[in-house]
Amino acid sequence: MLEQLMYAIASLGGFALLAGLILAVSSKIFHIEGDPVSDKIDALLPQTQCGQCGFPGCRPYANAVASQAADVNHCVPGGERTMLAIADVMGVEPKSLDQEEAIPMVAFVREDECIGCTLCIKACPVDAIVGAPKQYHTVIADHCTGCVLCLEPCPVDCIDMIAKPELLEHWSWPLPDTTRAQTGLERRESHQHD
Amino acid sequence: MIKHFFKKLGFSQAPFAGGIQPNMRKETEHSPIEVCPLPPLLIMPIKQHIGQACSPLVAVGDHVLRGQKIAKAEGYVSVPIHAPTSGQVIKIEDYAIPHPSGMGLTSIFIEPDGLDERDETLKPIEDWQHTDVSALRERVRMCGIAGLGGAAFPTFIKLVQDQRNPIETVILNGIECEPFLTNDHRLMVEHSQEIVLGMQIIMHMVGAKQGIIAIEDNKSDAIECMKKAVNHDDMGLDIQVLSLPTRYPQGSEKQLIEAITGKQVPMGKLPMHVGVLCQNIGTTHAIYEAVILGYPLTERVVTISGDAVPQQGNMLVRLGTSMRFIYAQRGLTDFDGLQILHGGPMMGERLRHPDIPVIKSSTGLLALSQDFFREAHPEEEPCIRCGHCSEACPIRLTPNLLADHCRNEQLEKAADYHLFDCIECGACSYVCPSHIPLVHYFRFGKGQAAQVRREQNFAEASRQRSEFRDTRIQREKDEKAAKRRKVRATHTPTEPNQGKE
Amino acid sequence: MSVFSDFAMILLSAVLVNNYVLTKFLGICPFLGVSGKTETAIGMSFAVMFVMTLASTASWLVQQYILIPLDLLYLQTIFFILIIATLVQFIEMMIHKVSPVLYQGLGIYLPLITTNCAVLGVALLNVQQDNTFITSALYGFGAALGFALVLVLFSGLRERMEGAPVPDAFKGSAVTLITAGMMSLAFLGFSGLVKV
Repeated sequence: MLEQLMYAIASLGGFALLAGLILAVSSKIFHIEGDPVSDKIDALLPQTQCGQCGFPGCRPYANAVASQAADVNHCVPGGERTMLAIADVMGVEPKSLDQEEAIPMVAFVREDECIGCTLCIKACPVDAIVGAPKQYHTVIADHCTGCVLCLEPCPVDCIDMIAKPELLEHWSWPLPDTTRAQTGLERRESHQHD
Repeated sequence: MIKHFFKKLGFSQAPFAGGIQPNMRKETEHSPIEVCPLPPLLIMPIKQHIGQACSPLVAVGDHVLRGQKIAKAEGYVSVPIHAPTSGQVIKIEDYAIPHPSGMGLTSIFIEPDGLDERDETLKPIEDWQHTDVSALRERVRMCGIAGLGGAAFPTFIKLVQDQRNPIETVILNGIECEPFLTNDHRLMVEHSQEIVLGMQIIMHMVGAKQGIIAIEDNKSDAIECMKKAVNHDDMGLDIQVLSLPTRYPQGSEKQLIEAITGKQVPMGKLPMHVGVLCQNIGTTHAIYEAVILGYPLTERVVTISGDAVPQQGNMLVRLGTSMRFIYAQRGLTDFDGLQILHGGPMMGERLRHPDIPVIKSSTGLLALSQDFFREAHPEEEPCIRCGHCSEACPIRLTPNLLADHCRNEQLEKAADYHLFDCIECGACSYVCPSHIPLVHYFRFGKGQAAQVRREQNFAEASRQRSEFRDTRIQREKDEKAAKRRKVRATHTPTEPNQGKE
Repeated sequence: MSVFSDFAMILLSAVLVNNYVLTKFLGICPFLGVSGKTETAIGMSFAVMFVMTLASTASWLVQQYILIPLDLLYLQTIFFILIIATLVQFIEMMIHKVSPVLYQGLGIYLPLITTNCAVLGVALLNVQQDNTFITSALYGFGAALGFALVLVLFSGLRERMEGAPVPDAFKGSAVTLITAGMMSLAFLGFSGLVKV
């Protein structure tokens, strides 16, 4: 009887030890550096570097999402499409957005009032403002991400946010206005905001 | 083998995949081309072709001559724009263009002086057979010629001799498979000599040995005229007139090539890659005028048709003429409850009002009564999976599944179903018994996909700039720190007020 | 019948006739859990194929050379679970290394292969049916192949269904379960094809 028990303990223990050894070795072999998922998420983000998600830029937010420290729904400029794409990568259920998606804006410097202090240039995360000390500054509209980070440092409040002009080349067809297309759209929207 | 045998016997019914046979309604096929009078105002948008917009060369108050360049091409895929008549530039501002968005574009407004004086700087090239091919090509570009079949792709780009892809066959596209439109038909009947000469110029330019003039069998008079012109003009080139069974969308470049040569142009490739060049009838006529007469493109033939037009017909119209003016010439002044189409009924776009100028791509102007239009576009019903759309598709897509993915914005899946190979011919929408606006869904899907791509590119560029800025700031910080260390090392520590660090 | 036709019969029966998911109703949890997207479904299929084949062979070896000689059959389940758990841990590490995105996509269902009843079911049925080493390996592989087949088919159906105008009351799990039921009915059509 005791002998039987010894056999059982020894064989199970031995087998478990073997399994443990195999896993230990394989964990060494399959050790990974860095986090490829956060790269993947960073590629999905709009790179406005606006900080509206509560993180100091897109990369930090991507890292936070990848390590599951942040939810997928904090990117305001990315809107619903970005949220869905991130949820897809992370394999989690989509969440409703923090804030409504705003229309795309660009910064515009009222040059008459600009005193050439270069503070906005330093604030711009994507180098979209050009100018030199004591010279008027101006925003390169094609490069501006509309992050509004330049508004606050301006000592004379000469920067406005204006709606991005809609270009003819960027126009795209809307959904057909048949009832089926529209109910489908409504359904999809209500489903995503559940 | 068997296919070839049947073709020999003349049994070949479907020379290309899919296709439909709509009611052609070619009610204007016997009305000769009339010259439209000069309107009181001409409006020239700075972009009338596919590609980049032009930039204006004239200022308000300038006097221009007919054929004078008023906007210069920007970039490679672009052609200049010329003044359609002599007169004065009165303003340059945004104006509606024939585009489904209803948006405007910078346009040059010219008030005609009624003299219609020509700018004579471009001299005719009479000895074109012994003229350098690149000079002819430059002439075609300078004259602002873009495909007049509706797409308005700059023509000079296609007229190239490439060693790797030599062009053996030039196909003249006289198919005109869209219902209602007859402008190419009338051009072939009335200007067959000029068209054959234009074709010879094209064949000379690309070095092709064989020329085919393809015409659908519902235009028997055009076939007659072209045959006569080809026989009359013996230049030693192998040009033949080919009659093809009437079928939509045979006039689409790749479908026509398949119908004639049996070769399929692979996805993402050009007709050039199978040794073929396709040219539209109107474009060929314009090339004739540009080379032989030295006239830049300032006018085109437009079909004015539809059940709401009292006197349907074809007109030679100056570019920039307001559509309202043209309709008025045909007795239509009240647009209440009418649908106005720019182009044919299958691929044309619906316009919101007639105060829009005619541009290089305007093949036809249709005005349809609301009843006629509603009959053609009733409310969408559920898909019954009949498969008619797949049968009609000339590029063998599965439109019903594709439309589902577009409707649900599953753009990656739509791309898997080859959304971007769709030529938007409208055959699927035409045959759909549930009246699903399939092509509209595809356009929606394509637009959304383009938007996503644009956003991705913008994000990628922003990311690079942001990363560059970060490394720059880091570098500056490092340099400052290094300098500071240096300063600290040279100064003795007995000086406590060494800078404000 | 030759040996090879025997083998073919085993495979056919495991894949189609006695499909683990649709006729034995084992392994339903990953079947419903990861069938949302074809890509993850394919990844899951390979993971399960790996685990099932190895688990059935390893469990046969353990059964024959440890449990029976030492008369320890009462430890059968513990041993088998140990084997399966080890294999799952191994494949989890491997997928994390090779395809991090698939790893994210599979989420909790990857470690849950351990508790996939189909895997343990195959191991147990193998020893019950007194299979030889080769046939048990084949049986395990066939069962995994059957699982992979229905998982990928079902994910294709679900992808199509995403765009379908399903009535609101049937949205989500309801229509998924109905579809699974209909697939199961369809697979019942294979019964009687092979007598095993």
